[in-house]
Amino acid sequence: MSNANRPLSPHLQVYRPQLTSILSIVHRGSGVFLTVGTPLLVWWFVAVARGGESFARAQTFFGSGLGRLLIFLWSLALFYHLCNGVRHLVWDIGEGFEMDTVYRSGYAVVIVAAVLTLTSWVLAYAMRGG
Amino acid sequence: MSLRTPLGRVIGLGSAKEGVSHWWWQRLTAIALIPLTLWFVISLVSYASADHAEITQWMSSPVVATLLILFVGSVLYHAELGMQVVIEDYVHHEAVKIASLLAVKFVSIFLALVAILAVLKVAVSN
Repeated sequence: MSNANRPLSPHLQVYRPQLTSILSIVHRGSGVFLTVGTPLLVWWFVAVARGGESFARAQTFFGSGLGRLLIFLWSLALFYHLCNGVRHLVWDIGEGFEMDTVYRSGYAVVIVAAVLTLTSWVLAYAMRGG
Repeated sequence: MSLRTPLGRVIGLGSAKEGVSHWWWQRLTAIALIPLTLWFVISLVSYASADHAEITQWMSSPVVATLLILFVGSVLYHAELGMQVVIEDYVHHEAVKIASLLAVKFVSIFLALVAILAVLKVAVSN
């Protein structure tokens, strides 16, 4: 029964990166990155509850260059994880496994996530009046 | 006829009867988070220039407070389930693995409670 030549799990040193494998690990990476952001989300809620001064401090941080960069990266990770999560849910009901469908849904996820991120930021800046 | 050995039965080996629980809750929170996340992002965008009074007034609506609590709770539970899988996959040192799993669990429960109390405080006092 034992066969030394059986195919093994991807050896990353010799594994050719493909759209499918990259989107898969980015799903994980974006999930971890979003988890790292949850304390700041909670901090914002606490700041609102503690009153005007705390809220102003939180808004100053989130409005700073670093704050905006972080929120931009988190919004991109969020929309990617959301779109690719829907792709995973479709797989969970047993659909979309054909090779060309997997690639098409993969490209669709990247494009929709980018469009949603940019649209959100354009609208947010428009709400602030430029 | 059972194929399980008497010894295995005595020491309680076999299914823990909750094999799909993790998988199921990850999907359940994922589905809940689709509308909740879109609602939260749309809210943040539309309140991008809001001051403290406007935010607290928004948060003091019972529907908004409920949705915020559901959002934060689902986010942290979903994150905890996901981090658990990542830790189990990549952390092979048993003691470090168990310590990380406990830390993730404690921190996510702590954060969820803090956020829920913060939202409730605003909702009740305004």
